[in-house]
Formats: sequence, structure tokens, C-alpha cells
Amino acid sequence: MSEEGRTKKFMFVNRKAPYGTVYALESLEVVLITAAFDQDVSLAFLDDGVYQLRKGQQTKGIETKNFSPTYRALEGYDIEKLYVEKEAIEARGLSEEDLLVEVTVLDRQALGKLMDEQDVLLSF
Amino acid sequence: MKFGILVNEGPYQHQASDSAYLFCKAALAAGHQVFRVFFYHDGVHNASRLTEPPQDDRNIVTRWSALAESHGVDLVVCVAAALRRGIKEENLAPGFRISGLGQLVEAGIQADRLVTFGD
Amino acid sequence: MLHIVNKSPFTHSALDTCVQVGQQGGDLLLIEDAVYAAVAGTAVERLVRHALQRFRVFALSPDLEARGVAGQLIEGITLVDYTGFVELVTHNKTCQSWL
Repeated sequence: MSEEGRTKKFMFVNRKAPYGTVYALESLEVVLITAAFDQDVSLAFLDDGVYQLRKGQQTKGIETKNFSPTYRALEGYDIEKLYVEKEAIEARGLSEEDLLVEVTVLDRQALGKLMDEQDVLLSF
Repeated sequence: MKFGILVNEGPYQHQASDSAYLFCKAALAAGHQVFRVFFYHDGVHNASRLTEPPQDDRNIVTRWSALAESHGVDLVVCVAAALRRGIKEENLAPGFRISGLGQLVEAGIQADRLVTFGD
Repeated sequence: MLHIVNKSPFTHSALDTCVQVGQQGGDLLLIEDAVYAAVAGTAVERLVRHALQRFRVFALSPDLEARGVAGQLIEGITLVDYTGFVELVTHNKTCQSWL
């Protein structure tokens, strides 16, 4: 399905918390479509973006769809490269056990190195 | 060089749409190709032909339409984001079309550079 | 790569995170409300000076002029117009907008 059979490295850089704005949800929709185009997809969670992966999200009271289970479904779309900023989870009193999915925790410089290796960076 | 542009914010509320437009204009003037501008999130409001700014203000919507007309820039509005926000075929300004998110991914694949403007 | 920041450094962490994450030798462009970071004598001048040691730092002059702050820039920052913005994008293999 990829255009002219080309595969590019797409990284989605998520820096916003869920629910306060729609960006996290609509970003996830692009992630799924990109995977359907057989592209090399990875996700990076920096700053407040790490809150997207927080366990225990209950959205009934704000009458909004809880889209956090989608992160657990990413594996089924062969999206397995999830990177989380070490400084961001530490600053927010979180640890890997507080997150919904298995991730690779990297410090800011290691994340920056990965970003440098991408073909397309998308941030919402 | 071939550019793809992503606009994530609506007109008048945020500078993103103005910045994106001025970037496109400069890219075209330098002889580059802007082959697609993709409008996502509140960016879909850039496509509303019902927009009527006061006379002394710029018309952001017709400015985009003019770019499509003069340079063949493909103005694509995300269907899911548009329907959520009441943008439909019947209120689409000239030069815009509604399509899926695949058009954004395709822009990422085909363009030499994809530049994002948002909040 | 090119890092594009559009947020005021006084209300958002975007510039700070960008400077910590970005790799040595990259380019940094300040646009929209981020151009306030380019002004000398503010509380964020140290952060920008740190950025200058690691990246080439540019600021979009129409955005500086619009905000009345074009005349008092931190030394080492290069002014560009939209044509220069386009050149920075073509010069770098990728760009990241720190929204």
C-alpha cells in the first residue's frame, strides 16, 4: 500500500496531555493510518505527552471517549517503538509501572539522537 | 524541492495559518513546489467559504483558494476532523477538497520536506 | 535537523525541551511568540546563550518586527525572513515543530 513502495521513518512526537485538548487523540489516528501505509513508525512521548500513557484513565465523568486502550492495541498494528523521556516521567513523579504499555525510557539526548535519524517528524 | 505543509489551527485564532501561508508563498517564489497543504484539527476551519472577515482584515480562506488557483496547490481537509467541526462539501471554499488522513501520510512519503504549523 | 519553536519561553517549556533534546550542530528557528526569546536582557537569555553554543540560532524578522522587539537581540542570533525560513528547511534533512 505504500506509495511507490517507499518506506520512510516516521516519528510522532507527543508533548501534550490527553483530554485538555484533542491533539493526543487526533495524533493517534494519524499513527494508525501511517502504520497502514507500511511505514516505519515510532512514537516519542516528551513533557506532558507522557500523561497520555498514564494507567487508570477514567473518562466517564467528563463524557469523553477514553482512548487510552488504543495505546495497548498498537502492538497489533506492528507499532512497537514507543519511547518515553526519562526526565519527563521523573519530573512528574511517575515510573514505568505507571504506564499502560511497555516502553523504552531514554534521556533527552538519546531521544534527540533518534529524532535526528528520522525522515519525517510529526507533532500536533 | 517538493514541500508538504500541515496546518493544525483555525484561521484568526492562532498565527499558524498565516505563518503557513507566508511560508508557502516564499517557497513558491523561490521556485519550489508546494504540492499539498493538509488541514487537520481546528485547521479544517481554514476551508469554510462562509468566512467573512471585516474589510480591513486579510481574508485567510480566499488567500488559500488563490494559492490553489495560481500554483495548483492541493488543499486537503481531513474528513474526520472536518465532520466533527461542521465542515462539509457544501461549505467548502474553492480549491479545497475533503479526504482522508492517508493524504497527510502520502504527503509525508512523497514530499522532500513536511513542515508543521500549529499551536 | 531544523528545530522550529513558536512558543513564548516565559509560558511554555517548548524552547527548554528543544534545547535539551536537540543534537549539537542543529539549527534552531524562533517564530511567532518564540521570538521573544531572542531579546537581550530577559530571564531566558541564559537558555538562549546555551542554545547558541549548540545550534545556529535564527529568528524570523517579520515576527520580531510585528511584536516591536526587533531592535534588541542577543548577539549571535541571525535574522531571517520567510525566504530564509524556506532556505533553512531545504538546508536541513528534517524539521521538527515544537508545538
